[in-house]
This record gives sequence, structure tokens and C-alpha cells, in this order.
Amino acid sequence: MNGIIGRKLGMTRLFGADGRSTPVTVIEAGPCPVVRVRTREDGVISVQLGFGARKTKHASKAMIGHAKGGGLEAAPRVLREFSPVAEGTKVGDVVTVALFQPGELVKVAGTTKGKGFQGVVHRYHFHGGPATHGNTRHRKPGSISPGTDPSRVIKGKRLPGHMGAELHTEVGLTVVKVDAENHLLFIEGAVPGPKSGTVVVRKQAARSRYA
Amino acid sequence: MNKLETMDRTGLRTDIPDFKPGDTIRVMVKVKEGDKERIQAFEGTCVARRGGGIGEMFTVRKVSSGVGVERIFPLQSPIISAIEVVRRGRVRRAKLYYLRRLSKKASRIKEHVES
Repeated sequence: MNGIIGRKLGMTRLFGADGRSTPVTVIEAGPCPVVRVRTREDGVISVQLGFGARKTKHASKAMIGHAKGGGLEAAPRVLREFSPVAEGTKVGDVVTVALFQPGELVKVAGTTKGKGFQGVVHRYHFHGGPATHGNTRHRKPGSISPGTDPSRVIKGKRLPGHMGAELHTEVGLTVVKVDAENHLLFIEGAVPGPKSGTVVVRKQAARSRYA
Repeated sequence: MNKLETMDRTGLRTDIPDFKPGDTIRVMVKVKEGDKERIQAFEGTCVARRGGGIGEMFTVRKVSSGVGVERIFPLQSPIISAIEVVRRGRVRRAKLYYLRRLSKKASRIKEHVES
């Protein structure tokens, strides 16, 4: 198993013995029961984990049936699939934060906070124009393409539009502390999404070139 | 969210005395020199407390050989070995930044007397 599902609780700080303060995000992760193991016959080799519990009156019958198949009483609030699958993983196994050790590199995926319709300065960090000296191109993108030839705007041109509320994976984060008793992970730095947002914490093999 | 807040509260230090802006306090700070550790005192007027929980900070101001010195400490930091309240001060503000403009003589604070 290489990952776990969790809920972002928020940020705080931890002090080291030398007084150094580390900003951490606290994630309540697991315990995640294995709901289903998909093998070569299913076309995908992965393992499906559940997290949280949904009240029976709020869950669809299909979901409840699926949860029963995984040996659960209540339908999980979130289902996520993970691969690769460790040898011998079977339905009924439970993944906990004990999966992680302090100092380990992880990547955290979550849905970022929605920012609504934003201009190019906020959305793509365009520089914008001068505020004064007769300038009127304050936060506008400026020219978006050549003229007569090609008479169109090239696809993928960065323009204003909807920002945020998309899946983002933050890589190269470090686990600072693991509280197995309360199912808490302390990860250095910020992770995507609002408080109470669902996040997936996965192990990272090595520091990637992006972090 | 309450889960995180309670967690923040439970781990807090209990050995910190109650002090307010205006009080003269002595902060015992652990200083590392090479591999030796010793305790250095920083005594002055507390001019501000801000934040709460594990992130609470306080500012201590003193005038050292004619130069005003302010140090900001995290209240919960383990580098603080102890805090002593030397004198209670009577002030009418939560942030005593006006002391910076005053001479040493003018920045004296009257002692707070329990009524």
C-alpha cells in the first residue's frame, strides 16, 4: 500500500527542542478499510480504500451493497483507488497512518479552493501594466496573438477564466510526526484544499525535480 | 475544526505565569553556544501579546545603554525556560507601542495596585 485517504483539519505549528518552529498541516487520515481489490481480470490492478462513514439514509443502495461486499457496516464517505498493490492485500485489511514514518517524503492530492472567475494576473501571474503614467493596461493581458496571419488565437492561450476547485497534487512534502493513536499525520507546509477537505496522501519514491 | 483547536490547547505549557502588557517581566532564554547551553535573562516591559494557542507571541522592550531593544518571543517556545513577573504595571492600552516615542524617564509605568 502506498497511500491513505484523509481529511485536512487545518494548520498549526510544532516546536523542536531547539525552539525552531515548523509549520504543519494536520491531516486526520484513516483508518481506511480495503473495500475491494481489483486484479488482472478486472483490467486494472488496484486496491480500493474507503474513508469515513455515510449515514445509511444518505447512502445509495448500490453503495451500501458495495460496502457490504467489503465487509463494512456503513457506506464509506469517500472511495479512492491506489496502486501498486502490495502482495497479499485482501478485502478487510485496514490501512492506518502507521504506514508513514516521520521524515518520509509524500505527495498530497486534494481539490484546491475555488477562486471563481479570475484575471490573468491572479490566474497566471502575468505582470500587468504600470498603475500610472497614462497607462490604462493595468491588469489586462495585452495582445493575445498576431493579426491578419494567422487571424485566430492560438489554442491554449492563457486568458481570464475559472480558477481553483481543481485536483492538485503537492509533491515533495515531508511527514513530521505521526500520531497513530488519534490517526493524525503532521505534514510540513501547506496542502491543497479547504479545512475539512478530502485529501489523498501518497508515498513519494524520491524528491522529484518539481520539489 | 474543533478537533485541531482542542489538540492545540491540550499541548500548551502550564508553567507560564499570567502577565499582561505593562508588566515588567524577566524571560529566561536558553542560549546555545557551541555545544553548551546556558540561560540568559531578558528583562523589560511587556508591550504586546498577540495571537492565541500555540502561536501566541509576546514582545518585551527594554532600553539597553540608551538603545531601545525589543524582542518578540513565541510564548510556547521551548527556548523559554521560565518567565518571572517582576512588577505589575497599570496601563490602559493592550499594545504599548507609544513607549517607543518616549524617553526612558517618560516611559515609566505606574505600578498596578490590586483594588
